[in-house]
Amino acid sequence: MFREITIGQYYPAESRLHRLDPRVKLFGTLIYLISIFIANDIWGFLFLTVMLGVVIGLSKVPFSYMVKGLKGIVTLLIIAGVFNLFMTPGQTLAQLGPLTISDVGLKNAVLMTARMIFLIIGTSIMTLTTTPNQLTDGLEISLAPLTLINVPVHEIALMMSIALRFIPILVEETDKIMKAQMARGADFESGGIVKKAKAMVPLLVPLFVSAFRRASDLALAMEARCYHGGEGRTKMKPLRYEEYDKRAYVWIVLYLLVLIVIRVVF
Amino acid sequence: MNIIEAKQLVHEFFRRDEEGNIEGIQVALNKVDLKVEAGQFISILGHNGSGKSTLAKHINALLTPSDGTLYVDGKDTADSNNELAIRQSAGMVFQNPDNQIIASIVEEDVGFGPENMGVPTDEIWERVERSLKSVGMWKYHAHSPNKLSGGQKQRVAIAGVMAMEPKCIILDEPTAMLDPDGRKEVIKVAHELNRKKGMTVILITHYMEEVVGSDYVYVMDKGKVVMEGEPRDIFSRVDELKSHRMDVPQITLLAHELKKSGLDIPDGILTREELINVLNLG
Repeated sequence: MFREITIGQYYPAESRLHRLDPRVKLFGTLIYLISIFIANDIWGFLFLTVMLGVVIGLSKVPFSYMVKGLKGIVTLLIIAGVFNLFMTPGQTLAQLGPLTISDVGLKNAVLMTARMIFLIIGTSIMTLTTTPNQLTDGLEISLAPLTLINVPVHEIALMMSIALRFIPILVEETDKIMKAQMARGADFESGGIVKKAKAMVPLLVPLFVSAFRRASDLALAMEARCYHGGEGRTKMKPLRYEEYDKRAYVWIVLYLLVLIVIRVVF
Repeated sequence: MNIIEAKQLVHEFFRRDEEGNIEGIQVALNKVDLKVEAGQFISILGHNGSGKSTLAKHINALLTPSDGTLYVDGKDTADSNNELAIRQSAGMVFQNPDNQIIASIVEEDVGFGPENMGVPTDEIWERVERSLKSVGMWKYHAHSPNKLSGGQKQRVAIAGVMAMEPKCIILDEPTAMLDPDGRKEVIKVAHELNRKKGMTVILITHYMEEVVGSDYVYVMDKGKVVMEGEPRDIFSRVDELKSHRMDVPQITLLAHELKKSGLDIPDGILTREELINVLNLG
């Protein structure tokens, strides 16, 4: 039941987007997130849709993969849409008993839903085309300035990559513990939410104990291999900008400029 | 010169109550003397709780002596300035293969040690390739460690230590969690490294079968070195081994019993082939 967890899911393929330096992709995603909120009319979103289409085409990741990410938030989208639709004051367009739909409300609801969908699809393109390790490497370098204000960037990046390595191991272990307990008559399937949650407690205790033991073993093994923090460390796979990375930066900036122009002109 | 030299090494663990007062002292190492020459293959035998893993952690400077001295490659482990240098010259492989692999790709894990030491990028790649080849795992360099067998993971862990180019490598019960095939694989690799690369190997184990090819054997019990000598010499002292709760290999036991019943065969038979030979001649 836990095997479906897919954090930082990566879709292996040979594409321009896959080859791109993770720092470029992080920057691009950031600009994209900002751009979603700059676009506020039909022309802006038309442009966004076209650009997103181009990027999806470049990524060579099947579109159905990205839509998967949307399934989880359908309820959230509907609730947010409905609230925006009925709760925003403005000129009344239609009236259904106590509920009124205003012009502002309609616009907000549509914008809001569109923004959420664009947000999920856009960010999932990044995680689908970047391996978790590249992502943490990219984050480590991009966030490096934060070390000036004492944010332990290297440590956070290392923690992320270790966490990603141990997810499958802990998932397997959870499965084992569950099966061992089911063999002795534990019931994880029946009953309401409260009963199911209670059945999880005897599962979590041994899982936590083993996770702590693993953590302490790992810390010892890291120390034994001369780990002493990020200081004086070299990289086996350092990030280097190629020609197409630089071109990608230009495209990203151009994209933002066009969107701003659209907003100002129309 | 001896690469590892322990003199009257003592390690005490303190048991504390909830307020942090010392309730009792457990002596894990009791005046241990140990000498390892460069290029040797040394085994340390002992059952659970004999202090053998504590000794291993001392050699890697993960623990420091309560009393006595330990020199690794001429450096005193009690001096915390030597810590990194000692860990570079004496690499350590642990029992659980899953809990010592840090990265999610084999080659990145092998590169972890050299990265920590500040080795330049190009040289890291050379070292990774060389050490993965030396344990026969190069073809898996781009794989995820999660998909490997226990023996393969343990070989990756050995490669991870080899990439740091240590003078000596300590294997702390590397086979305890493996199946028989994986155990043979790992022991074979350890012997190959010793023979072909001249690596000093210290194998810590409780399986007597694994001790067979080593140059010198120490047997530990209750924190003390109770027996030492060449494998053949150790294996001939069957009754003494049993008194230290060691499981003597069946072949050695059989030869021992045959001899006791009056058959004229030498002491310390280690392998089945040897026994067959001796019986044919006799």
